[in-house]
Amino acid sequence: MGLLDVFRSNRNKGSASVAKERLQILVAHDRAFRNRPSYLPKLQQEILEVIRKYVEVDLDAVSVNYEQDEDQEFLELNIVLPDAAGRT
Amino acid sequence: MARIIVITSGKGGVGKTTTAAAMAMGLAQRGHRTVVIDFDVGLRNLDLIMGCERRVVYDFVNVINGEANLNQALIRDKRCDSLYVLPASQTRDKEALTQEGVGKVLEDLGKGYDYIVCDSPAGIEHGATMAMYFADDAVVVTNPEVSSVRDSDRMLGILASKSRRAEQNDEPIKEHLLLTRYSPERVERGEMLSVNDVQEILSLNLLGVIPESQAVLNASNAGIPVVLDNESNAGMAYNDMVSRYLGEDLPMRFLDAERKGIFSRIFGG
Repeated sequence: MGLLDVFRSNRNKGSASVAKERLQILVAHDRAFRNRPSYLPKLQQEILEVIRKYVEVDLDAVSVNYEQDEDQEFLELNIVLPDAAGRT
Repeated sequence: MARIIVITSGKGGVGKTTTAAAMAMGLAQRGHRTVVIDFDVGLRNLDLIMGCERRVVYDFVNVINGEANLNQALIRDKRCDSLYVLPASQTRDKEALTQEGVGKVLEDLGKGYDYIVCDSPAGIEHGATMAMYFADDAVVVTNPEVSSVRDSDRMLGILASKSRRAEQNDEPIKEHLLLTRYSPERVERGEMLSVNDVQEILSLNLLGVIPESQAVLNASNAGIPVVLDNESNAGMAYNDMVSRYLGEDLPMRFLDAERKGIFSRIFGG
């Protein structure tokens, strides 16, 4: 390292660390998505259809989340119902 | 049976064809009977990098369609007796590569060769999936740059799910990482992802690091695989890659910036 680099490195951390951080987040997200079972979109669609038979909910009212760790799989369903005024 | 190696990346322009040519030539130079196949139907370039573009008569698609036999289509390399090139066709549509047809050609080649190197086109479409479907090994060529690393990771997902080995529940394809266009100076200045950064993200077996080098362009200008240029850093790094693939344990070279004179050391280069 040169003498001037001492000052330089304080001034500017470099863009590589930003790239690495962004990639780590992105790749983790991509991988989580890749490992999801292929039936999830259809499951979400059908649950939504059933709920809409009874309650007027938005198309994005149902979210399906899938998570996996070493020995467990989680399937999380989240349904947002409209406030009382919207119910029929 | 021959071992089938696919050279893949997802992203274009990262050095797949250069790597395929280097891998094939390197294996052949070490005495292994090797054939390198261009899967980039419509945009063939391997013949140009190998310097045999004027000797192409029949191509991969001709063989699949039964318009020529393998011996008519294979081009023997003039520099190395045990190396053959199977060029891609220039004009036909990409769907010409049927899974059945490709499988048959690979099976026939497998009887006479030790290694089959498949140069995949960019992308994740038909040609690329055909190139990787039958593979035993995959070399994922990656530049130390965000979009290339991301695409490589996507490729890994496809390798793990859409290959013959995956479908038949065999041992998965062996995946290797090759980092190309590496600039130690820029890494030292914090402007480029380092080998360790990329390794941390992709966690693959590192087969080699090829430094950014003028020699690569010179070699493709002349139609001589850069692995034959043993004067250049890139040529030496590619030779190390081939040796490592064959099981030699070699340290990575050219990872540090070249040291400069006292003047530029003091004032920074």
